[in-house]
Amino acid sequence: MDVYLPIAAVTQDVFVLLALGLCVGFISGIFGVGGGFLLTPLLIFIGVPQAVAVASSANQLVGASLSGVLTHWKRGNVDFKMGAVLSAGGFVGSAAGVALFTLLRRLGQIDLVISLSYVLLLGTLGTLMMIESVGAIVRARQPGARRRRLHQHTWFHGLPFKVRFRRSKLYISALLPLGLGFGIGVLSAILGIGGGFLIVPAMIYVLGMPTSVVPGTSLLQTVFIAASVTVLQALTNQTVDALLALIMLLGGVVGVQYGARYGAKLRGEYLRVLLALLILAVGAKLLVDLTVPPTSRYSIVVRE
Amino acid sequence: MIRRLAPALVALMLLALPGAARAQQLVADLTSHLVAITTGFTGTSVVLFGAIEGGGDIVVVVRGPEGETVVRRKSRVAGIWLNTRSVAFANVPSFYAVLANKPVGDIVPANLRQVHEIGIDNLKLNPAEKANAADIAEFRTALIEEQQRGGFYDKQPGTVNFLGDKLFRASLDFPATVPTGTYSIQVFLVRKGDIVAAQTTPLIISQTGLEADINDFAQNRSLLYGLVAVAMAAMAGWGATFMFRNA
Repeated sequence: MDVYLPIAAVTQDVFVLLALGLCVGFISGIFGVGGGFLLTPLLIFIGVPQAVAVASSANQLVGASLSGVLTHWKRGNVDFKMGAVLSAGGFVGSAAGVALFTLLRRLGQIDLVISLSYVLLLGTLGTLMMIESVGAIVRARQPGARRRRLHQHTWFHGLPFKVRFRRSKLYISALLPLGLGFGIGVLSAILGIGGGFLIVPAMIYVLGMPTSVVPGTSLLQTVFIAASVTVLQALTNQTVDALLALIMLLGGVVGVQYGARYGAKLRGEYLRVLLALLILAVGAKLLVDLTVPPTSRYSIVVRE
Repeated sequence: MIRRLAPALVALMLLALPGAARAQQLVADLTSHLVAITTGFTGTSVVLFGAIEGGGDIVVVVRGPEGETVVRRKSRVAGIWLNTRSVAFANVPSFYAVLANKPVGDIVPANLRQVHEIGIDNLKLNPAEKANAADIAEFRTALIEEQQRGGFYDKQPGTVNFLGDKLFRASLDFPATVPTGTYSIQVFLVRKGDIVAAQTTPLIISQTGLEADINDFAQNRSLLYGLVAVAMAAMAGWGATFMFRNA
């Protein structure tokens, strides 16, 4: 059944879109990642314009992460104060990101920047995951491996504007989560990602938050940053395809539930090797697409 | 059947009015002044029909809504293809077609073709910003080629058919991806290398239906659209948690 996506201006099979949402949702359910970093490139592969893929992914993230936050909230695993500070930084970051996005679009370089950023991001992420998961498999075979220290004091603990975050049992400078939120906001606006895979390690290793509150709090900031990106993109670039986002979301929320259940039964290390391979493959495809000579060297755009 | 006959009938009726026909050497109209693009739209044809008095040839120029258009050229930099140069042209018609009952060159002399922008070579495409002459020529050619590739500019002139020596008709074809907006259809009556009569008829091409409404909403009330998009996604997310709560 074909559906015409009004903003993307492409016709797509509804079942292809649902299946895509389902698969990405399933993967995010298994690994507890947002999946935006896979969704956006996959949308680009099926022919959705880059700019629309990014903005609509952000829209879909609002629903997907809200669903996650509610689940974690019921278990009491959300630090609202930390989430609010991260989101405040995220609002400023998303505004800066959307402004940059608009500028790049005017210059005709947004597609290139999106593709190149994804190549860089997926390449790094895939490689790191590969090293980490292969390392974990090796360690599992060698019992008695050493544990690493959880919390270390470094220069940023000396920053001003210290705030107490009770739920996270932290007393740190508000500049840290603000800056972190800002960075995620910029990335979210340009790449349509929630940034969970960046902010989760940062929360654990940089901020030193207890791991129990990390997923819920990370998802909470994603809800607000993604919402802010969606509204700003709709306002300045008119690139949010709400219909596309909604279809992806329908597939996604079902996928996440089954993924989470399935993932609980599986050996994580081997699965992570597979995810790392998938991420590397998507990154490689984007890189190859950039190097293939275009059918026409010229392109035309009507300026509004 | 009736739709096919209608233009001929109307033309006949126009001919039957001697006063009107004598006063006007050229009368032309379209079967429809509004093309509605709906979900399953695969392109359409609109019939132009009319009558002339006293002989001559007919040239038709179809122009789509105009806008500033940027032409970008990709080059290979470090193995990657990226946009490196661009030229923006002002007032570029989004659609352009010429139709005539004979080769246009045989009917209209070069100077008149230039004045009335008859034929793609005579299309006035002025750069919107400063650019050197060599670039303008190159990007102008590229712009026309890209528009032809998309089916928006015709590769060769279409035909106008005469039924007898007074009635004429022509089929204006539009592709599935036709740009929306107000088109102008200029009809020229040419006699011995001179344009003796001309008439311009508007044609509106617009999207209708749910998709058009969504698009319109997103373009014209973008803040509200963004808020609604966020609210819908949030509700879907909340609904999902609720649905799976007991599962």
